[in-house]
Amino acid sequence: MAKVLMKGNEALAEAAIRAGCRAFYGYPITPQNEVPNYMARHLPERGGVYLQAESEVAAINMVYGAAGAGVRVMTSSSSPGLSLKMEGISYIAAAELPCVIVNVMRCGPGLGGIHPSQGDYFQAVKGGGHGDYRLLVLAPGSVQEMADLTFEAFDLADKWRNPVMILADGLLGQMMEPVEFGDKEPQVVEKPWATTGARGRKPNIINTLDIVPESLEKRNYALAEKYGRMGEAETRWQEYKTADADLIVTAYGTSARVARSAVDMARKEGLRVGLIRPISLWPFPQAPFALLADGLRQFLVVEMSMGQMVEDVRLAVNGRGSVHFYNRLGGMVPTPRDVLAEIRKVLGGGGGQ
Amino acid sequence: MKRICQRPESLTDVQMHYCPGCTHGIIHRLVAEALDELGIREDAIGIASVGCSVFAYNYFNCDMQQAAHGRAPAVATGIKRVLPDRVVFTYQGDGDLASIGVAEIVHAAARGESITVIFVNNAIYGMTSGQMAPTTLLGQKTTTTPRGRTVQDNGYPIRMSELLATLDGTAYIERVSTHDPRHVLQAGRAIKKAFAAQLHGKGFALVEVLSTCSVNWGMSPQEALDWLRDNMVPYYPLGVYKDASVKEGEAHD
Repeated sequence: MAKVLMKGNEALAEAAIRAGCRAFYGYPITPQNEVPNYMARHLPERGGVYLQAESEVAAINMVYGAAGAGVRVMTSSSSPGLSLKMEGISYIAAAELPCVIVNVMRCGPGLGGIHPSQGDYFQAVKGGGHGDYRLLVLAPGSVQEMADLTFEAFDLADKWRNPVMILADGLLGQMMEPVEFGDKEPQVVEKPWATTGARGRKPNIINTLDIVPESLEKRNYALAEKYGRMGEAETRWQEYKTADADLIVTAYGTSARVARSAVDMARKEGLRVGLIRPISLWPFPQAPFALLADGLRQFLVVEMSMGQMVEDVRLAVNGRGSVHFYNRLGGMVPTPRDVLAEIRKVLGGGGGQ
Repeated sequence: MKRICQRPESLTDVQMHYCPGCTHGIIHRLVAEALDELGIREDAIGIASVGCSVFAYNYFNCDMQQAAHGRAPAVATGIKRVLPDRVVFTYQGDGDLASIGVAEIVHAAARGESITVIFVNNAIYGMTSGQMAPTTLLGQKTTTTPRGRTVQDNGYPIRMSELLATLDGTAYIERVSTHDPRHVLQAGRAIKKAFAAQLHGKGFALVEVLSTCSVNWGMSPQEALDWLRDNMVPYYPLGVYKDASVKEGEAHD
């Protein structure tokens, strides 16, 4: 299939339909509106259900219901809307229901602004809702990846019986790039646990309540064991010119695009700089840092947040190298020139934090 | 020997956790009898809510999902939209439906979701030790209205059946009571009708069942039934508030 020019949000929505998404429940919020708009136009004619919920809270609970009924289902929102969904996400994770949740991040806190940000990293990878649980969090870095990772997210959700989050941002959602969908078929997964009516079988129950501590602890350990296996199997990242690098820049999503340009500019100046771009944010790719942090290399984390992923980079580097940080906030996107200046500063001397 | 009474197939054979005198058990049985009589147990997907009836997923012998507090109508919507030929019902208390879940119930009703809602109103939060509910009567003492509910502090109790009946999406709404056998039988007929409305594609159906909480009301079971009759029924009048199969103007008996 030929490449087509699409907005990131629309490519994501089209990929979801191709992945077998048969229900979309959402609520309007900028800068993700192209996702529900596209779903409303195309999902019903391709055999699915589109419904605009009365709130983000209702939307995520509709997802809970449909996921429990065994259907591939998605919701999408942006930062303040995700805060509202957190209760439902905790329930979905606890009930081990597969679904895809999209956050096209805007800047906060509070109502904040509608411009791109990466301020919801903690919310996405450290919990967000109540209780111990994990989401599989994937961070696209291009319109093509908005499509590819979303398609894959449905298979991963079914594979692990776990909610998968696509953590994008307003820039990736709004920008247009050529995208190719290919002819990959979605996996068909049997869901004998789904509540579809107990026709000739014992009733299925989808429930997250367990008031017996001994029993709930077992359930918690079983979840922890699953998250452990997910962590081993689903870590992904991209490395760029890291082998000989004195300085490794680390960034995801929009920041990684900027950082990559800065790496190229630095290389032209003869500076040995590389890039690690985490694609799975949970599980966080510890391996490349463990390998490259040899006590000599330095690290520079670039984020559109006050400093969130940088904490995971510090854990991964584990003291075997200085970790520096550069950011822009409030919807401001760093430029390659900004990052290059930071690279020069780090390599020109001065210790890390 | 001929058997004339037995557990409905739609109820599981487990001991319920409800307090002595609680009418949840009766209402569960009425729902189960409706599922049996309409032959829809194997098509049914029930939604248990948060509150005393949270364990309903253990008591109904059909597929069940347990929903977050107040969200049962949204969960039911999510299921019914993808499985339109199944029978989806919620079982919610007054805190769940009339307080934290008002947005979800109002919009499910406004959309005319083809679901059946069993709304159990006992004018108190039972599970959490007897706090004021949105349906607590004026003057009624609860753990959070120790001197009795006042208009000044807490406003007025909400009449959900009347409120929802104003919405065009609702097909069948009736308020019934459990304070004596005659009313229990009427409650059973209403619940069956609310499931039939869904089977016939009429739209949103709700039965509000007035219920007791003798433990948190601080009464004996019999006193509680009498209190329901003498205090709740006058404020929450029984009857049909909406019936799409009945012409306008004939809605009330």
